[in-house]
Amino acid sequence: MEKKLPTIEIIEKYCKGCHICVEFCPTKVLEMKGFVASVKNLEACIKCMQCELRCPDFAIKVTP
Amino acid sequence: MSFDYDKYIRPGKLPHIWCPGCGHGIVMKGLIRAIDACGLKKEETAIVSGIGCASRLPGYMDCCTLHTAHGRAAAFATGVKMARPEMNVILVGGDGDGTAIGGNHFIHACRRNINMTYIILNNKIYGMTGGQFSPATPTGAKASTTPYGNPDPAFDIAKLAIGAGATFVARGTAFHANQIDKLITEAIQHKGFSVVEILDDCPTTYGRRNKFKSVVEMMNHLKDIAVPVKAAEKMSPEQLQGKVLTGVLHKEEKPEYTEQYAQVIERAQAAK
Ligand SMILES: Cc1ncc(C[n+]2csc(CCOP(=O)(O)OP(=O)(O)O)c2C)c(N)n1
Ligand code: SF4
Ligand code: SF4
Ligand code: SF4
Repeated sequence: MEKKLPTIEIIEKYCKGCHICVEFCPTKVLEMKGFVASVKNLEACIKCMQCELRCPDFAIKVTP
Repeated sequence: MSFDYDKYIRPGKLPHIWCPGCGHGIVMKGLIRAIDACGLKKEETAIVSGIGCASRLPGYMDCCTLHTAHGRAAAFATGVKMARPEMNVILVGGDGDGTAIGGNHFIHACRRNINMTYIILNNKIYGMTGGQFSPATPTGAKASTTPYGNPDPAFDIAKLAIGAGATFVARGTAFHANQIDKLITEAIQHKGFSVVEILDDCPTTYGRRNKFKSVVEMMNHLKDIAVPVKAAEKMSPEQLQGKVLTGVLHKEEKPEYTEQYAQVIERAQAAK
């Protein structure tokens, strides 16, 4: 059975580019694209929710 | 499941005004999850603050909110709780607001053991006004008013709360985001005055002056200094040098103020 990928939504108009989500994602799923965070490698996401929990700007929603 | 913060935020209020990487947003999310976990009704929940960046928090919350005078959150909140003891009253504010200009209100709210929860966002500085030192600024740290290093020792806010009589005291950090809601939940559920100190970051006015190169570095610092109380029991004083204890630091049962006051009213009426 294929593993179900999560949905990671980044609300660009809320993101202030602090790097917290990118730096502390344990599997390096995210990257900075200019001043906003973006998803680089969705397959690697282990759905730990740390990025959603730590984003100070309510800019990431992870739906496992 | 992604957490639906929007249901507790006033429509159209995001993005908030806090700087990139300011931990205040992380604490606000923890507070929202705690309010949700406790099942508090918005119309029965008052969130009260003084002045400062941290004190802007209630303005975003779709609850009953009061943004009051600098340092006076505890005084206004006490008024709300005395008039409406059935309300859930939560105070939020910074280390400057709560322990400098508001220090007196803070210790007396602790002493009274009135059933409210006070969340102190301790970023060790007056953020809003450009980085003057606060009573929580560490010795030697640079602030706009201590350009050659702060000569004062800092308050340990959690210890101050315990010493003043708060019956529940906990400490967390903005880095340990998934612990924040658990500490605040336990604080809300505790009957009496509960204090939750969250070690926070102000990259704009503290970080830059104190040689933190980035928000990430400030977060790593919070990660490094935090030691859970249980883990600390097995550590030597040398190992605990420069560390800060996190978790529930103090919990006791004592008579609660609004209940004591209701008895005063009863006695006064019986004496008529
Ligand atoms: C009576 C009074 N004195 C001084 C000020 C200026 N003032 C506004 S916010 C603030 C300090 C805020 O620091 P803190 O509570 O630590 O919150 P932060 O901004 O760091 O989140 C000061 C001194 C004021 N608004 N009112
Ligand atoms: S949920 Fe965890 S693994 Fe997935 S992107 Fe967020 S931090 Fe990375
Ligand atoms: S943590 Fe939030 S605000 Fe910071 S870069 Fe990531 S999405 Fe943007
Ligand atoms: S000045 Fe400091 S406390 Fe105020 S919003 Fe910016 S980072 Fe946060």
